[in-house]
Amino acid sequence: MGLGVGWAEAWIRHGADVIAEHRLELIILDRDIGDGDHGENMDRGFQAVLLELDGLPPEANPGDVFKLVATTLISTVGGAAGPLYGTAFLKGALAVAGASTLDGAALVALLTAARDGIVLRGKAESGDKTMVDAWTPAVDAAAAAAAGGADERAILLAAACAAEAGAVATEPLVARKGRASYLGERSAGYRDPGAQSSALLLRAAADAAARG
Amino acid sequence: MKKLINDPKNVVHEAVAGFGAAHPDLVRVSHDPNVIVRTDAPVAGKVGIVSGGGSGHEPLHGGFVGPGMLSAAVPGAVFTSPTPDPIVDATKAVDGGAGVLHIVKNYTGDVLNFETAADLVAAEGIEVRSVLVNDDVAVKDSLYTAGRRGVAGTVLVEKIAGAAAERGDNLAAVVAVAKKVISRVRTMGVALTPCVVPHAGEPSFSLADDEIEIGIGIHGEPGRERIRLEPADAIVDRLLEPILDDLPFVNGDNVLLMVNGMGGTPQVELYIVFRRAAEVLAEKGITITRSLVGNYTTSLEMQGASITVLKLDDELTGLWDAPVHTAALRWGR
Repeated sequence: MGLGVGWAEAWIRHGADVIAEHRLELIILDRDIGDGDHGENMDRGFQAVLLELDGLPPEANPGDVFKLVATTLISTVGGAAGPLYGTAFLKGALAVAGASTLDGAALVALLTAARDGIVLRGKAESGDKTMVDAWTPAVDAAAAAAAGGADERAILLAAACAAEAGAVATEPLVARKGRASYLGERSAGYRDPGAQSSALLLRAAADAAARG
Repeated sequence: MKKLINDPKNVVHEAVAGFGAAHPDLVRVSHDPNVIVRTDAPVAGKVGIVSGGGSGHEPLHGGFVGPGMLSAAVPGAVFTSPTPDPIVDATKAVDGGAGVLHIVKNYTGDVLNFETAADLVAAEGIEVRSVLVNDDVAVKDSLYTAGRRGVAGTVLVEKIAGAAAERGDNLAAVVAVAKKVISRVRTMGVALTPCVVPHAGEPSFSLADDEIEIGIGIHGEPGRERIRLEPADAIVDRLLEPILDDLPFVNGDNVLLMVNGMGGTPQVELYIVFRRAAEVLAEKGITITRSLVGNYTTSLEMQGASITVLKLDDELTGLWDAPVHTAALRWGR
């Protein structure tokens, strides 16, 4: 039967709460290998998204929610994360535009488009110690789950687990993109903050579906 | 950590408001989002120049808005690139029909947000070109990083491109001058202490009492190595050698030498640095024909400095000497 606008809105609202809860953790991760602003910027952006969601028209579909998230994040986050997450949600919105409910194939298309948007904007590849290292395993796991006949909840759960594993797996990597790349070898031993926030958001997507 | 602030959330807003109140003859400021624009913008028929980036590097960029330099500056949150919206607003505000140049420091956030803004503005029919400043020689291998960063050399790009726009060069010519400066300017910096981002409340990295970080960017983020504190002359030699080798600067060159403070280092120390750098350049037969010493691209209250060398020719020297009237640089009028 698929996931509708109720899920999309619940995901983003829960995601905003999760980002707020983990604000300090993201700041500390970013302070280790970046400039320490990731938690602050993401929290500011998602709090702005919450305000915008209150004005969502009743006839909105999931794509409308993601488009609103995209434009709000682009306008409020700043840094690299604003354009990267903004582009992710914008491309995701386009991939599911007009659909009132999303089935497994649509969810895979959503996640794939979001990941492709991040790659397009940031030009990072797998293994560069960036958000991509959470998103690509998530897309692969979601696609495998969908191919195996899993339902929507199981697909999102697979994506969330893979994103978390991907974020953890950034720890030994040497950064090649973004602020952390200037540390060279010294960037090894720390988790990438963008991969971590990506994992938090994808877990929120799965949780919102599980609560259904 | 003590800071002379109110609510950390209001730091940039209040600083921009104060800047506008202090310099009403030069700029008008607007808030939500924060933009600093020349009072006489747009200047009909002249190329507009917009720069911007995270706050905390003052006087970069707001202090360089005014006749002969920037048309507008876009301050983001502290150490965070501005979003595309204020960049779009600033670009529209300074377009006098001759197009607009964006001067962007090579930091991932700045690059992505300025790219997005340029796309949006171009869609509205304003001609926009961008140049990327990447003067920081500390980043050795651009292939495996986000590339060399834009640091204090940005001030020289803004001054000289601003002079080209002021004399009436068209957009392509202003871009060419800006790129010429970028191709001939090199910088390297050192941090003696970390700095504290107001909303974070804690140092952005740690350095032991006897440690310094060689090759920092303008947030104190590392470039090359962490070493034990040395006498100033030895540190200057460590900074200058990679700069001179990189271009390279050679016997017979005329240069502008800039010693830039990171915010927490007193002038007396900056001149000690200048003295040693001048000695080294003289030994190599390089003549300092122009100089600049002071806090121009800072990293909040960080102690440290950067050395910038720009290879001059008659054109660049003339544009450097051209009148400028901004809060932080003012001569010739």
